[in-house]
Amino acid sequence: MDEEIVVNDLVVRFANVNGTGSASANEMFAKSIFRMGIPVSPKNIFPSNIQGLPTWYEVRISGKGYLGRRAGIDLLVGINPQSLARDVKSVKPGGYFVYDSSKKLYDEYIREDVNYIGIPMIALAMEHYPNPRLQQLFKNIIYVGAVATLLNVDLDVIKEVIAEQFEKKPKLIPPNYNALQLGVDYVKEHYTYPLPIRVEKMDAVGDAIIVDGNTACALGAIYAGATVMAWYPITPSTSIAKAFETYCKKLRIDEETGKKKYAFVQAEDELAAIGMVIGATWNGARAFTATSGPGVSLMNEFIGLSYFAEIPVVLINVERGGPSTGMPTRTQQADIISSAYASHGDTKHVLVFPSTPAECFDLTVVAFDLADRLQTTVMLISDLDLGMNNHMSAPFAWDENRKYDLGKVLSAEDLDNLKTEFGRYNDVDGDAIPYRTIPGTHPTKGSFFTRGTSHDEFAKYSELGEVYLRNVDRLAAKWETAKSLVPKPEVYQEKNTSEYGMLFFGTTAYAAIEAMDLLKENGIDIDSIRVRSFPFHKDVEDFIAAHAKIIVVEQNRDAQFRSLLINELNLDPKRFLSVLNYDGTPITAHTIHAKINQVLNLVPVN
Amino acid sequence: MSYVKPKFHHPSLKPNKVGYNKADYEGVISTLCAGCGHDSISGAIVQACYEISLEPHRLAKLSGIGCSSKTPTYFLSNSHGFNSVHGRMPSITTGANMANRDLIYLGVSGDGDTASIGMGQFVHAIRRNLNMVYIVMNNGCYGLTKGQDSATADFGSISKAGESNPYQGIDLAGLALELNATFVGRSFSGDKNQLVPMIKAAMAHPGFAFLDVISPCVTFNNNKTSTRSYSHVRAHIESTSIFDFVPEQDEIRVDYPEGKSAEVELFDGSKIHLSKLAPDWNPTDRFSAVNRLHEAKSRGQILTGLYYINTESKDLHEMMNTVDTPLNTLQQKDLCPGNSKLQSINKTFR
Repeated sequence: MDEEIVVNDLVVRFANVNGTGSASANEMFAKSIFRMGIPVSPKNIFPSNIQGLPTWYEVRISGKGYLGRRAGIDLLVGINPQSLARDVKSVKPGGYFVYDSSKKLYDEYIREDVNYIGIPMIALAMEHYPNPRLQQLFKNIIYVGAVATLLNVDLDVIKEVIAEQFEKKPKLIPPNYNALQLGVDYVKEHYTYPLPIRVEKMDAVGDAIIVDGNTACALGAIYAGATVMAWYPITPSTSIAKAFETYCKKLRIDEETGKKKYAFVQAEDELAAIGMVIGATWNGARAFTATSGPGVSLMNEFIGLSYFAEIPVVLINVERGGPSTGMPTRTQQADIISSAYASHGDTKHVLVFPSTPAECFDLTVVAFDLADRLQTTVMLISDLDLGMNNHMSAPFAWDENRKYDLGKVLSAEDLDNLKTEFGRYNDVDGDAIPYRTIPGTHPTKGSFFTRGTSHDEFAKYSELGEVYLRNVDRLAAKWETAKSLVPKPEVYQEKNTSEYGMLFFGTTAYAAIEAMDLLKENGIDIDSIRVRSFPFHKDVEDFIAAHAKIIVVEQNRDAQFRSLLINELNLDPKRFLSVLNYDGTPITAHTIHAKINQVLNLVPVN
Repeated sequence: MSYVKPKFHHPSLKPNKVGYNKADYEGVISTLCAGCGHDSISGAIVQACYEISLEPHRLAKLSGIGCSSKTPTYFLSNSHGFNSVHGRMPSITTGANMANRDLIYLGVSGDGDTASIGMGQFVHAIRRNLNMVYIVMNNGCYGLTKGQDSATADFGSISKAGESNPYQGIDLAGLALELNATFVGRSFSGDKNQLVPMIKAAMAHPGFAFLDVISPCVTFNNNKTSTRSYSHVRAHIESTSIFDFVPEQDEIRVDYPEGKSAEVELFDGSKIHLSKLAPDWNPTDRFSAVNRLHEAKSRGQILTGLYYINTESKDLHEMMNTVDTPLNTLQQKDLCPGNSKLQSINKTFR
């Protein structure tokens, strides 16, 4: 057995049955590590089910601050009989398997190269708590106490987290402390602790927060001034709606009357949800919807209307595993093409790609400004990993000098001062963006008829070819204007030094940033860029031009982002290589490192 | 191509209380077939808006797809209009209404647009009691695609090609009653005297006001064997009442025969005067309305007029308890909680 001590570099996985209260116990464990100043990255791997199926909670602890998923489980808490065989198998050689020793572990689950630590979790719970439901809940806290002791987690910190968790039900604090102590004491009496793999307090977290991307998007929408949210429940986007409502109740209630300064409508389906958004923005409110791939498929017709009739829409697409119902509780980046070109006819849509919760907040605000400025659909492309898992992130910030960009909207006064006739689709300024008016603005001026049929500059129906061309060619010109407004990419070097460029977006960033270090350690010099928008910013084109080969790292089977780059920038496909991951789990740095070596025909990596 | 009508009006016609002439409520020249029932309904909408002295910009007109949904260009040119996608007018109207509760929303749809592709959105708008007027121009067929039966076509109605409809027709007014719609009525495009006051009353109703208007399709569904032909409808029409709508400010009184008249007071003090033609029917009793409808149907009659009105209707804004100020007028200072709030939110994530 390897007795080398490993500090703050481990992966702990909890294997539970869903619906048993394990998630909140596991979250308290992760939060305690974070409170100890150690970067942590928890991932909830859950089934599309309410109760009774296997669920896992994986916590990566990384003193170096790597927040991507890492393969290789150092310690696994296996308390789900259904998944026991697979769980035992998943522990890395030399790792630890913590199990409920209330019952004997069958021989078939014994591996020679794994250390077994039995804790009589349910037996202890039954001994101390009469109520079966409480026995189940406290069993979870018992293993948290045991694992914390094994890994050297600060007990006071856990107690603090427990106290906060039950702030509103203080009666529950002492029994939880008691359960925690049962786990602690059992380890102290029966095992040598802490284990060689362990955590130690550090100061690597700074002012970071730990939060999920969906909450961040919801807060972003509130700060951006969204007053109407229309949505239909779908994993993994539902928690955006939930968070929007929760925070609106705190932040958007009129103090005098107690009335709501927002409308929150659970629609009958995704078609209605986006229809409501279009109706609201057409009528001058900021509105948005949140959905996932299947919802975007349903919204396609309306997305085309938004594009053609030029009505702002903010749509948050939290991607999940497709196609069809696919893997609804697993992550992918597989809605790139279907989002970029959603709907029939010639359409293109502005996309923004956040990779952290702080960026979910910022880019949601940006999405509202872009949608109003460009009068079209803007989609924020998140994914299940970003949306539903907690991520360590820079704190949210709001610049008090920031003003909403509500775009080109004419007031009654503007209409009175117009020297020429108002034309809803008239390109007055040469940026291909026309002016719009909101219903009810002026008694006699500015009314127009919005339609999804071909229309002229004055919104009048026309089937004339030249009228149609003027309109759709202006929309193409508007797309050029969009390129100057969208967020810039992030580059990771001051100067390009390599003939190879690595390009990625969204949550792939976590693993890609770590992979850069792995490549560097192996002597491979590679420049990197994180794209944050579609249409592609000019800096993306420049980066590609500066490199002979571009490796596009993305999480789908068909290399969709690569296709989008080649197609939109008219580039030679031979210059583009792919690193793909699409099994539903977040990509790892090791995968990127190994595949880059492979595609570049470099040395194989184990 | 749309043609703008000349803004001519007869010198003897006076402007209304808000200073608008009737011509100010008109739209461009209709491109529907000559004799189309829909044009009469457009005319009734113009008349109703003129008579209640509505400022045109205080109304938004919305529609889906189909012949009926084209009509919003043929009335109220000074109002914003929205010809959306097939069957989805209710969702657009819901969003618009959420953004600004102060406008009147006039939704125009057809039987295909509502009873088939848009059935889901129609019933959910009822369920939310969205404050809007929802007019179905109901001709029992698809006009723009050349005359296929729609879901409201009556069972056994014989088409122009001589085929009998084997499917049960959906009675949209009956459905609306079943779903607890707060204002339900049926009218006939050829009965302006009834339709105009019904539209006015629907506009005054603070909730979902549904008007199913039988509107014959002269091109595809006006053969004598069709139950939606002018001749069939005229021969089988039966009214619940003689109907008049009296806005709160108005002093007009209509004299009704003693013992038969009824009065329904709306939230804003406006009144509906009814001269009941059926003694066992009460417009504020939903069960009597349902019974009355079924009874007329069993006799092969087309019952028109107001069926039901809920005088305690609470619309979606009331249910949701949104602020009285239209949401689209709230400014950044009203909506953005500011950085210090955000910093305290950050603390909860540490």
